[in-house]
Amino acid sequence: MKTRTSLHYHLMLFPGILLLLIFSIYPMFGIVIAFQDFSPAKGFWGSDWVGLDNFRYMLEIPDSKRVFLNTIFIAVMKIIASLVAALTFALLLNELRTRFLKRFIQTIVYLPHFISWVLIGGIVGQMLSLDGVVNQGMKLIGLDPIFFLGDNNWFPFVIVGTDVWKEFGFSAIVFLAALTGINPVLYEAAEIDGASRWQKLRFVTLPAISATIILIATLSLQNVLNAGFEQVFNLYNTLVYESGDIIDTYVYRMGLIESQYELATAVGTLKSIVSLILIYISYQLASKFANYRIF
Amino acid sequence: MVYGKGPFNRIIDGAILVILCVITACSLFPLLHILAISFSDKSAVAAGSVILWPKGINVAAYRAVIEDKAFFMAFWVSVKRVLLGGGIQFVLTILMAYPLSREVHVFRSRNVYMWFVVFTMLFSGGLIPWYMTIRDLGLLDSIWALVLPSAVPVFNVIILMNFFRGIPKELDDSAKMDGAGPWRTLMQIYLPLSLPALATVTLFSIVTHWNSFFDGLILMNNPSNQPLQTYLNQIVVQFNNSSANMTVDEIERMSKLSNQTINSAKILVSMIPILVIYPLLQKYFVSGLTLGSVKE
Repeated sequence: MKTRTSLHYHLMLFPGILLLLIFSIYPMFGIVIAFQDFSPAKGFWGSDWVGLDNFRYMLEIPDSKRVFLNTIFIAVMKIIASLVAALTFALLLNELRTRFLKRFIQTIVYLPHFISWVLIGGIVGQMLSLDGVVNQGMKLIGLDPIFFLGDNNWFPFVIVGTDVWKEFGFSAIVFLAALTGINPVLYEAAEIDGASRWQKLRFVTLPAISATIILIATLSLQNVLNAGFEQVFNLYNTLVYESGDIIDTYVYRMGLIESQYELATAVGTLKSIVSLILIYISYQLASKFANYRIF
Repeated sequence: MVYGKGPFNRIIDGAILVILCVITACSLFPLLHILAISFSDKSAVAAGSVILWPKGINVAAYRAVIEDKAFFMAFWVSVKRVLLGGGIQFVLTILMAYPLSREVHVFRSRNVYMWFVVFTMLFSGGLIPWYMTIRDLGLLDSIWALVLPSAVPVFNVIILMNFFRGIPKELDDSAKMDGAGPWRTLMQIYLPLSLPALATVTLFSIVTHWNSFFDGLILMNNPSNQPLQTYLNQIVVQFNNSSANMTVDEIERMSKLSNQTINSAKILVSMIPILVIYPLLQKYFVSGLTLGSVKE
């Protein structure tokens, strides 16, 4: 009886597992390209081996150092900025009394999360161009126009800023959920003890959601090498490769545009391995400090 | 939650309200701005005088979009991928979540499968081998290339699995007593009880499929096979990545040549499906995020 039931379970899993084997597991073997002098005709089972030459080459060229640094810089800035923005927004919204207004604000700020980077990229491109609305506004107050999307000093900050704009509302959901979970009795007790508004925030609210803050901070460690491919791809151009080219855009250009398969795979592989280590560390920290388990 | 008393608190309440209104306005501004541009006169837009209210109101841009065959062909490809891809993801998510939600003593291989599934989420072979696999399977330029590689949305499987685990075991037992096998238990007990979770994962699937552009870009060589987001990436953002070594002036000139009013209209029309399902999304995604966090 038991084994027959299990058989049905295996049967249910079969199609999904098969597709994962084909489209997730099989490509993992393609990592061998990073250790080969790859020839498309021979495929990755038949090409010649070159050991670590591709990695050595990767370390020699200035491009790879640049894209790794760009990626880490943009990603870390994003992690910090979005954590601060989402938390601040959640705390502000929590102070609001009118339920209707709360709902209304949430409805609007969650919306950008669901709009693709292609569309946001199109909108941002128009707004930040030299005669776009932002530069028009700067002209009004007497500032010189800036070509934000073509200036290496500005580009990383445009990336961080637009990411915060798109995601702060959605990221705040976790904090809002934690805030509604706080027992109102705590606030009543604080009030009886004569706590001011600031003191209630400092001694009741923040300690109550500190576990959530730590959890989000540790989990975002996984994204140190994810600077946001779709976003950068839809906003960057040749002028800002120096400051805006990230690992994923570089792998795409080297691999699929310039056919340098070995170099692209080597860079991609290094990213995959470091990411795996980061995920492991972040889960260890999350389970240690916030009792978090993914399944 | 924190109720303020006295004049000082009222000032703070007022300040918070003002800040929140500014934040909300910032969220909405780019969308309203693009809406105003789409209804404006071309020359007014080029002069940069349109902010939130259209100047020289007309619908020429929308008429141009309606007459643009390529736009609707791409729109149709996107609809196809949402229906086909969303359907496949729906079935596979259920079929995987149910066995994985069983206890280890009922289904002994459960943990092996679970680790396998999670591993595919944690590690990947990277872009190049992924592309080559799909190419070698002969899927390039076929709708299946947009559908099959993402057929198992692991994140959705975990959300639904956690929801299934929250359903009381007694229901399972009584179904077994009445002679129901695993398929029947899934269909007649679990699915009817999981409608909110199913709605959540389905909406996630739809949004992801509708918004994907990159697979269309690299897997579809023939423009007529490209989905809407890929098409828009090419026409709206294309000048960004065209030939290398362009100067500031050249890039500026190209961005001026591209028709801002028509592009804005295209962006807005592509947003419509998302806006239509947005009320549903809002209703379910908040619960969806917390569904995933039900742990034992």
